[in-house]
Amino acid sequence: MSARQTLTLTSKHQLWILSQFPRLASTNSWWSNVEMGPPDAILGVTEAFKRDTNPKKINLGVGAYRTDEGKPFVLESVKKAEKLIASENLDKEYAPISGVLDFCQASAKLAFGDNSRVIKDQLYATVQGISGTGSLRIGATFLAKFFPGNKIIYLPNPSWGNHTPIMKHAGLDVKSYRYYDPKTCGFDFNGAKEDIEKIPENSIILFHACAHNPTGVDPRPEQWKELSAIVKKRKLFVFMDMAYQGFASGNIDDDAFAVRKFVEDKHNLILAQSYAKNMGLYGERVGALTAVCEDKDEVERVMSQIKILIRPMYSNPPVHGARIAAKILNQADLRSIWLTEVKHMADRIITMRQQLVDNLKNNGSKKNWQHITDQIGMFCFTGLNQQQSERLIKDFSVYLTKDGRISMAGVTSKNNAYLANAMHEVTK
Amino acid sequence: MSLFSNISIDPPIEVFHLTELFNQDTDPSKVNLGVGVYQDENGKTSTLPIIRSVEQQMANDLTLTKNYLKATGLDIFCTAGLKLLLGDQSSAIEEKRACSIQSLSGTGALRIGLDFLYRNGYRIGYVSEPTWGKSNHQSILQTVGFEVRKYKYWNQEKLILDIDGLINDLESAPEKSIIILHACSHNPTGCDPTHEQWMRISDACKSRHLIPFFDIAYQGFSSGDLDMDAWSIRYFVHEAKHELFIAQSFAKNFSLYNERIGHLVGVFKSCDIVSKFRTQMTTIIRRNYSNPPVHGAYLVATILNNPILYEEWKTDVRAMYERIHSMRQLFYSKLKQLDISGTWEHIIQQTGMFAYTGLSSRQCQLLIQKHHVYIMSDGRINVCAITLNNVDELVEKFYDVITNGDNDTKL
Repeated sequence: MSARQTLTLTSKHQLWILSQFPRLASTNSWWSNVEMGPPDAILGVTEAFKRDTNPKKINLGVGAYRTDEGKPFVLESVKKAEKLIASENLDKEYAPISGVLDFCQASAKLAFGDNSRVIKDQLYATVQGISGTGSLRIGATFLAKFFPGNKIIYLPNPSWGNHTPIMKHAGLDVKSYRYYDPKTCGFDFNGAKEDIEKIPENSIILFHACAHNPTGVDPRPEQWKELSAIVKKRKLFVFMDMAYQGFASGNIDDDAFAVRKFVEDKHNLILAQSYAKNMGLYGERVGALTAVCEDKDEVERVMSQIKILIRPMYSNPPVHGARIAAKILNQADLRSIWLTEVKHMADRIITMRQQLVDNLKNNGSKKNWQHITDQIGMFCFTGLNQQQSERLIKDFSVYLTKDGRISMAGVTSKNNAYLANAMHEVTK
Repeated sequence: MSLFSNISIDPPIEVFHLTELFNQDTDPSKVNLGVGVYQDENGKTSTLPIIRSVEQQMANDLTLTKNYLKATGLDIFCTAGLKLLLGDQSSAIEEKRACSIQSLSGTGALRIGLDFLYRNGYRIGYVSEPTWGKSNHQSILQTVGFEVRKYKYWNQEKLILDIDGLINDLESAPEKSIIILHACSHNPTGCDPTHEQWMRISDACKSRHLIPFFDIAYQGFSSGDLDMDAWSIRYFVHEAKHELFIAQSFAKNFSLYNERIGHLVGVFKSCDIVSKFRTQMTTIIRRNYSNPPVHGAYLVATILNNPILYEEWKTDVRAMYERIHSMRQLFYSKLKQLDISGTWEHIIQQTGMFAYTGLSSRQCQLLIQKHHVYIMSDGRINVCAITLNNVDELVEKFYDVITNGDNDTKL
């Protein structure tokens, strides 16, 4: 085909065509032996969705919030903050390696609460990170280099798909502890306790602070208390991943319960925060990594070492998103608008969950769908198995991942009934 | 008892530490010749007016979302960046064998490019002696896992490029070594190879099967002309037809330091490799930071793709270049007026933001401690920090440390 013709082919199709013409493949390139990387499973869902011509199609693979009209949502507090920032003519000079200071301080306060000993005694070493992923990466790299115990991190089973590659490539071994109970579609508390009790002392354990991804299953407060005690007893180092503060229950303090409880119980933990979802700042890459330290001297030493890790990664972080977040957190009127908006997002999802359960009942489903409303946050582990998930895609144009995970963000009041019907059909 | 009681405090990074010391200094005559950011006549690193106006537009544009970019970045940015670098008429672009991946400025581009090379089996990297930050190139290479070697570059005695030493080192480099080359405005020396010398470097890379990895952070700052400054890269790509990589930063030439905008460019023999490369870059980026920040990319893309804004930007770059160039001339002429031993020709032969003065580390120390002139210990100065107001005093202070420096018993 000539360079002038343009065909709408998927990249996979294009590659297949090219592979039919060996003379196009270079024989004297350095890169002839470069392997094709595996396609991303989640992106694959979106690509398949785009190709589908069924007008009733629903994309439940997307990990970004959508309004009830199915549109991306730029928060009013964000827009207001952005306008203010544009008018302030702030500089474009290099940020410090550790990022925008206002942002780092506000981020720590948001996580730990203004009255926390960590804030009052300034025991936090906080750096700005490239959203949650970047913050996790910095934390993992720091642990891989400096953690004096076992450089093994225990993740809940299952966990966010990207945790493992991040940890491994930072230099940590990855193991897991039981977390999700497929029989109940809920928290396997006994399994988790049993596994955690067996983790060798001085290892690292990661928890999702709230709105577990991908299951939506969170421990209850009294379960968190028990977990904190066990982890203390086992002398495990805690890594908290909080990507949904405010987005889970609608209340930023409730969602930070686990982080604050662990800190209260004197775990000097590491925390990765993301503002992608709760401020809708996705593409601006706003996040933070905090190490809770023993004293101010340790804060200084830890900060100096973390900065050295960041320098050969990207030198210093992008400021735009961090300035927006800092303004929202620090300016009372904007903060107030933001709190309302994050509650609104959480409420819409909670409402969709309830509607879905009601609609399933209305379809005559005899199955127990309580887990849909028990679970929390962006994602829902429906309990559908692989065949049922595949049927949903093939027969109903409902796109989800093969593990039965749906993104509640893709559910609206308009498609809720159709979804319920489809789910009923494949499970009855 | 903390787990981290035993971790040491590492020494701070010199260039930032210098700025800290400068900030703490209360002497009114203090000058910071350290960090490499452009400064105007008033010592300000001001934002370009086009940036401000595009940002205002963006803030008022209700159609803009903050959706995740894909891992490889914003397409309109990548396409425009590629044209800026390789030229509108680039055969490599036409043949679809050049690929741009948005990155976290220049540092980020180097990092992900080296990550790609390492995971595909490359193990040895060469950097010029000296190079950026004394150790930034090295530190990125080492962190990724490369063995770092150096190639001769700067002749400290003659204050010129040691081209024979350079070629010699390339010709004895093991095959498949990665060679980090500064496309223009070499940092810190400001000393660039001539076109003829570039051809020799290209030949050496070809005959030894070396992989050129260009670092271009100053397109437009070397000569004032964007195309001229990209000559070395374009020669390697179009005439010599190397497969190569380029890390480009837009921090300086867009005065957009803190939005971290740049790209990694790969140029391959054929277009089918590009798609494989992109999938691997996606994997690498995903486990580092998932996807790049949108703000800076959208700003640069908007300017490059709008003919009027593009012209204004070119004028801005030219203006920044002119100022640096005239300060360089001024500094040189004032130095020559004083009766100091040694020649100063290298100051005006060098290009870009920096001048490698040739001062010894003792002399530099003295400049800081006695004269509140903050200079890097290798004698590198940021020419932008020189102004009509401070040049005379600066030259006097240089005179003092050069003539008296080695005799100063206080140090």
